Amino acid sequence: MIAQIWQWLTAPEQWSGSRGIPTRLLEHLGFSALSLLLAAAIAIPVGLWVGHTGRGRSVVTIANAARAVPSLGLLFAVAMFVGPRITSNLAFVIPSVVVLVLLAIPPLLSGADAGVRSVDPAVRDAAYGMGMTGREVLWRVELPCALPLLLSGVRAATLQVIATATIAAAVSLGGLGRYLIDGLAVSDYAQMAGGAILVAALALALDGLLALAQRLLVSPGLATRPSQRRHGKFPRARGVAGGRGRVLAPAALTTHGRDLT
Amino acid sequence: MTWVWEHLGDIGGYAVSHALLAGIPLLVGLALALPLGWLARRFPRVAPVIVGGSGLLYTIPSLALFILMPLLLGSRILDSINVYVAMTIYTVALLVRSVVDALGSVPEATALAATSMGYRRVGRALAVELPLAVPVLASGLRVAAVSNVSIVSVASLIGYPQLGYYLTDGYQRSFPLEIGVGIVGCVLLALVFDLAIRGAEWALTPWARAAASSSAAGSRYSAIAKRWRNTSTRQSEGVGTR
Repeated sequence: MIAQIWQWLTAPEQWSGSRGIPTRLLEHLGFSALSLLLAAAIAIPVGLWVGHTGRGRSVVTIANAARAVPSLGLLFAVAMFVGPRITSNLAFVIPSVVVLVLLAIPPLLSGADAGVRSVDPAVRDAAYGMGMTGREVLWRVELPCALPLLLSGVRAATLQVIATATIAAAVSLGGLGRYLIDGLAVSDYAQMAGGAILVAALALALDGLLALAQRLLVSPGLATRPSQRRHGKFPRARGVAGGRGRVLAPAALTTHGRDLT
Repeated sequence: MTWVWEHLGDIGGYAVSHALLAGIPLLVGLALALPLGWLARRFPRVAPVIVGGSGLLYTIPSLALFILMPLLLGSRILDSINVYVAMTIYTVALLVRSVVDALGSVPEATALAATSMGYRRVGRALAVELPLAVPVLASGLRVAAVSNVSIVSVASLIGYPQLGYYLTDGYQRSFPLEIGVGIVGCVLLALVFDLAIRGAEWALTPWARAAASSSAAGSRYSAIAKRWRNTSTRQSEGVGTR
């Protein structure tokens, strides 16, 4: 079985043409990047604003509660309602991108909000005390301090989008998910498993890259906040430790999970 | 709506199998994550390996994991064992971190007091630290439960029967009501899991209620309980589901 998968993965016809792995990989990355950018453009400013002003927190709560909706259901529902209304050849792409954006918003939103809220109140007061305006406090103090949780949100959103883009092959989106869905349709296990290996490798590689980015972007000063110290043996394995890239990204986020219902 | 009434029996059956596919791995995963999390706290040197390694497993997209399971288990593609094992992997991936956090939420003084009362290491972990870790653990478990319910529905793409069947079938037949049944069913099931875990937490933490009622006195309990609430709030967070 493993030999067959290897054969599928290394066959020359898999590495060229419009159905080849490089094309599928680029499609997958393209849809995912587009959706993430759109979601970030919506969710991060809103999350920062909610965290900064403390107003409109119900937006974050509602977004988190919406996560109980199964992504597969959301995908099929949107594909069914939006798909037929679009006549161009984008009919397969737009519903999927809409769903990917919707799924990426909650982790980004709560990451930005939780990040700003996690800023030590003394630090914020000191910034105001130095004469900074609200906008300066947000950009020069709260945003850098919020980065660990904000970037954890980005990681969680990225994994979510990569995973759902795979499933979106079931509503005719391109990308690596095609191998899984098409292989399933013709009972070609080598193709399914080969595609699954590629998808898993892509997810792991992207998470590793983002972990690295997190480590580079987050100020080293944030690694030893006083509030982290009391946890004794694990000063680095908690909270901000999302910034160290060792910790599971979704769990490094910290907000309203209890509002999930 | 008549469609829903006519198919109520089927819907119930699928809901039960969905609950089993999501619930059994939750319990097995908890049983596996507890010792792993305890080891990570006991030996800080291996903690990054245990916590980081299990965390990595969560990054693998669910459809890919379901498909790769037969390769790892030697099972056939339609065996339900694939889903059970894959869901257990996801549960462990989420819960190991929760267990580490939960055990970390036990006050140092309490643990030391237990030692001075004669508890050995394992006895202390089971009789003192574990019960006190329940609130943080429960919030992690609730996140995992909601995540599991959503991920299990993806298995319908491969053909395992559960509530996700209504999503794929409804899409193929262009039947919005059926998709609606699938979505509402999944959300309700997630709600049931959430309430069940809340109930278990309530039953297992009589001391938290005692602390809450005596908080006016400013007792030490109330300080501890408050810290717990903070930790569990911080800890519980909606995790993306696949």
